[in-house]
Amino acid sequence: MGDKLKRRAFVRKIVEGTASVVMLSVCGPMRSLVGASEEAEAPAYDATKHYYGMGVQIDKCIGCGRCADACKSENNVPREPFYFRTWVERYVIDNEREVHVDSPGGGIHGFPPPATEEDVLRSFFVPKLCNHCDHPPCVQVCPVGATFKTQDGVVLVDQDYCVGCRYCIQACPYGARYLHPEKHTADKCTFCYHRITKGMLPACVEVCPTQARVFGEIKGRSSPLHRLMKMEEIQVLKPELNTEPKVLYTKLDGEVR
Amino acid sequence: MSFLRGRLGRSKVDSSKQAVGGNSPVKKRNLSIGKVPDQAVRIGTVFILAIGAAVALRQHFIPESFGELGHYRANAIPVIAGAKLHYAGWQKCGECHEDQLNKKMGGFHKALSCETCHGPAYDHAVVDPTDTEATPKIPRNREFCLTCHSYLPSRPTGFPQIIELQHNPMEPCVKCHNPHDPAAQAEAPACSGCHGEIARTKAISHHSLLRCETCHATPPEHKENPRQNLPKKPTNREFCGQCHAEGTPTSGTLLGVDLSTREIPKVDLATHGNTYLCWQCHYPHDPEGK
Repeated sequence: MGDKLKRRAFVRKIVEGTASVVMLSVCGPMRSLVGASEEAEAPAYDATKHYYGMGVQIDKCIGCGRCADACKSENNVPREPFYFRTWVERYVIDNEREVHVDSPGGGIHGFPPPATEEDVLRSFFVPKLCNHCDHPPCVQVCPVGATFKTQDGVVLVDQDYCVGCRYCIQACPYGARYLHPEKHTADKCTFCYHRITKGMLPACVEVCPTQARVFGEIKGRSSPLHRLMKMEEIQVLKPELNTEPKVLYTKLDGEVR
Repeated sequence: MSFLRGRLGRSKVDSSKQAVGGNSPVKKRNLSIGKVPDQAVRIGTVFILAIGAAVALRQHFIPESFGELGHYRANAIPVIAGAKLHYAGWQKCGECHEDQLNKKMGGFHKALSCETCHGPAYDHAVVDPTDTEATPKIPRNREFCLTCHSYLPSRPTGFPQIIELQHNPMEPCVKCHNPHDPAAQAEAPACSGCHGEIARTKAISHHSLLRCETCHATPPEHKENPRQNLPKKPTNREFCGQCHAEGTPTSGTLLGVDLSTREIPKVDLATHGNTYLCWQCHYPHDPEGK
């Protein structure tokens, strides 16, 4: 028995050693090149020191759709009303406890008044976006490794490497992805990665008139989000899927899916 | 039997060799190195070639920086992080427009970012402030304010909302509200600003030429604290009788109205309507008899 184990360990070491030598010889020179260029571009930003999340306070959202509008401007999302990185849904629960959800044009141009106001039991707006899951199903299914979770917890799409197969769009349980009609690649919310790495807020958070959206560090640092997580009751969308979203909702109604 | 067959077979081969080659050497393609047998050398060559091909293909197909930080191209991150900015942030706006920012910070819109209303301003604020094409827009139309402030049952309770058809319809909001400090202004709107429904009813009635203050003495504080400073209402029949009692003048001017142009209905206050007050039968904002 002991003899067998020894032999197995020996074989494993040989294989590992060979593999590492091959990998180092291939990747070593490239890594040094890449490291140099990255340092020159963004010397101050260290992805390992951050872990981002977003809080959405349902009871503060007025459904003005400024977030969805700003997102389209900031990220050059096509203006057609079917492409969104973030959008606002209106939930209307009537007296028969039927749930009606609508989002005309993502809420960018506001919402029309409901047909019968007397019939409304309760109603509220739910802003939605990519949940930047800790266990992202979209990353799991990508056949080429074009979508990934960065060290700071943001799920990104590599536009130059995506083959546009749409698996990730199917896999996302939150419907947060779309196929870009011009680039023919998957596209989604990046938490405005180009802004947050420069210490700015995502565009939707910047323009939200009621501070319904709160952005910050999710891991034990003093930040508005950390305070929100401390003071409020936090819920996430579809917790049963164990995707562990990093978009946290407060005062979320049980009817929201 | 089998033994015999073997012998026969071998002898056949031998005979054919003799027929073709005569004395030529049989071991021409000998690849063996030292004592390593032929077949091992062949399979070894195949393996080395296969590994070489695999390494070459890997280098060709696996993009640069793939696998550095995980199963993805690490080089994609700086590309995404280098995308063009469009929103500058309100702090940047305040560097030049300090007075507007300070005014906004004291009002109900203090939590609003400048770019919520004025649109993305990075090109104006950071790149080139003189570029007139990048100058942020000033939304002056009513519809823009109503994206937030029109009444919807879905909006949170307490958020200031108006019913569009009742609150100064067709008037631009900026007429009465400064968007940088949108609270009720010292120069408050006319009565119709809040009592639009009454104003519109009166406007098409026989009392259209009467000003609200003719009947409702209004303390100026009403415009700031409406419920603590309520306007007065007429209290007796004689108030209406100033115009409508028999024997009151039918020519000249009264309360700013040229009486000769009007046919004012006259009643005998002593006998008309018993002891009821006028407004118990007539609605003063829209008196009958058009």
